[in-house]
Amino acid sequence: MKNMKRSHFSGLLKKTGLAVIASTFLLAAPIAQADGHVKPAVVYDTAGKNDKSFNEAVYVNGVMKFMNDTGIAVTELEPTNEAMMEQSLKKFAQRGYSPVIAVGFTMANAVAAAAAEYPDTQFTIIDGVVDAPNVQNVIFKEHEGSFLVGVMAAMASNSGTVGFVGGMDIPLISRFECGYKQGVAHADSSMNVLAQMTGSTPAAWGNPTKGGEITRSQVENGADVVYAAAGGTGIGVYQTAADMGVLAIGVDSNQNYMQPGTMLTSMYKKVGLAAYESFAAAVDGTWSGGFKVNGVAEDGVGAAMDEYNADLVSSDMLAAVDAARAGIIDGSIVVHDYMSDNSCPL
Amino acid sequence: MTRERRLSWINGLLLPFLNVLTAFIATAIVFILIGVDPIEATKILIYGALGYDEGLGYTLYYATNFVFTGLAVAVAFHAGLFNIGGEGQAYVGGLGTAIVALYLNPALSAWIVIPLAISGGLLFGALWAIIPAYLQAYRGSHIVITTIMFNFLASALMVYVLVNVLREVGEMSPESADFIKASWLPFVHDVFASFGYKIAKSPLNLSILVALFFSGLVWFFLWHTRWGYAIRAVGKSNDAAVYGGINPKKIIIVTMCISGALAGLVGINELMGVQHRLFLNFNYGYGFGGIAVALMGRNHPVGILIAAFLFGILYQGGAELDFELQNVSRDIVVVMQGLVILFCGGLEYLYRPILIRFLAPIEATE
Repeated sequence: MKNMKRSHFSGLLKKTGLAVIASTFLLAAPIAQADGHVKPAVVYDTAGKNDKSFNEAVYVNGVMKFMNDTGIAVTELEPTNEAMMEQSLKKFAQRGYSPVIAVGFTMANAVAAAAAEYPDTQFTIIDGVVDAPNVQNVIFKEHEGSFLVGVMAAMASNSGTVGFVGGMDIPLISRFECGYKQGVAHADSSMNVLAQMTGSTPAAWGNPTKGGEITRSQVENGADVVYAAAGGTGIGVYQTAADMGVLAIGVDSNQNYMQPGTMLTSMYKKVGLAAYESFAAAVDGTWSGGFKVNGVAEDGVGAAMDEYNADLVSSDMLAAVDAARAGIIDGSIVVHDYMSDNSCPL
Repeated sequence: MTRERRLSWINGLLLPFLNVLTAFIATAIVFILIGVDPIEATKILIYGALGYDEGLGYTLYYATNFVFTGLAVAVAFHAGLFNIGGEGQAYVGGLGTAIVALYLNPALSAWIVIPLAISGGLLFGALWAIIPAYLQAYRGSHIVITTIMFNFLASALMVYVLVNVLREVGEMSPESADFIKASWLPFVHDVFASFGYKIAKSPLNLSILVALFFSGLVWFFLWHTRWGYAIRAVGKSNDAAVYGGINPKKIIIVTMCISGALAGLVGINELMGVQHRLFLNFNYGYGFGGIAVALMGRNHPVGILIAAFLFGILYQGGAELDFELQNVSRDIVVVMQGLVILFCGGLEYLYRPILIRFLAPIEATE
């Protein structure tokens, strides 16, 4: 205790002593050392790595898996404010970390600033777009994956009405919604889609109560399949769907196990895999800047099939999904991307 | 030394010092419990916050925000008003700044744009405080309750404005376009560079001078003007102030406007200084932090500068801890701040009876 007190106040009061202390600590400061020359790092967004959604997918399927498989330590940081995002990215770059993965579109400004200042560091941004040679933009064609689950929703529905619960009202989520609507219409053009967003701030990603309420109202209005693209809010959607005896569709990771028996499928979006591949590419020396687009063809997005939903998926449904997937890959089905013109034809 | 003088030393210096020390001891215990060497952690914290010029830049940048909100709380406190609404006033003040910095003619000189944008922050911060002030002065609604509620209203208002009005088409994040260049406050490292000194880049910008200027202004205003005297009189004794010909209702309105205006300056640092755009929650935590800063600084500008600096150290040093030690999560920073607030705010007078007993006992004859 005494030591702590002394060093603190010498730091505060005696500027002259600072340099001495500084040089001592500089050597003592622990820096995470990785095997070989690759020192990967990841900066989550302010929701944190245990957000039960997007960040957690990167953490569990990307960071942890990479560490287990390769034994290379990945240094992580969860910023608490806007200034810290840029600060931590730059600091990782300054300490020789590369690649540095930034999770989520909110990091775009920070990545742009850090990438300009450290042109030799490899930055990867997931779900965002930064135009710089040393930035890898990992983006997903969520509209294509949503199209596939839309086909399944239309075929599973008996009432003629299906639902969509979005998280935050942003173009990205409208892209999910628009793809879903197109998939539903592709299977049965007489279907009715009820779509609602949970909110207009990032809080909408973590509001299961509201998600449950929206689901209830959609079910009361006739929907018997509800697709949630709402992060942690989806938990409430799946629970309510199970309680009310209707089907739900998960998102981002395979969430079929969450309510076995009422989860029709999940629109998986392999964000964790994308992070993993970015790390692995850096180890192999094949990492490159530019765009990495993950659509149905790359299996970056799709409809999850496993033992939890096997009983719910008929062979007709499987055939229809396979046909739609093949159609998207060969170009005979073009799924309109909401974000290309900020509008949806349906 | 007379007893009066000794008492003021105890209240002004010794107590805050002991409180902060206790908070650090408690933090050290928490560190030991989670398996972190507290000496090591202290070294990282101090070095990260003060040891190199980039870290010091971040510390001062965070401190600037706390100076604004600390002054805001202190001014209100001198009139006996507990302004919990710094968070909301800072938020809405940022909107005032942003409106000027977004829509003014980009061809105008920075010498015109910057003062106008600062005035925008002052004005909107004051406007956000005037309604709770009116309700307190003329309707008897308690200022603590109304200002807290106004924080929520501010949050809702800003979400609406950012999502529906200021967000550009196709943009994901609820944030405005970039401010016009003329409204950008120069970074300190750029200013130094123009004089030929090279220092590391940090978000520290010239709003720290604005903070120092307003600290001086608040000191002069409170202790050397009529209005300052009236504010302190109302705070000390409402009835005596009325007897002295002061209208407390008017004073409440004026004080809260000044308080809100000061809180509204957070946007100068965050928006004009660093991010150059308006976005959600840029004010996060600074309004409430300001309460602790004012308490620790004994509502005096000098004390507030010191306390704000300490909070800057905690913010930047804490971020550094999170960065350096993988088993320390970002939540430890919140714990540290919580302990400082607990011991400096909640348990402010913990040591007072003991200190008075030993250092300044009541004497029969002086």
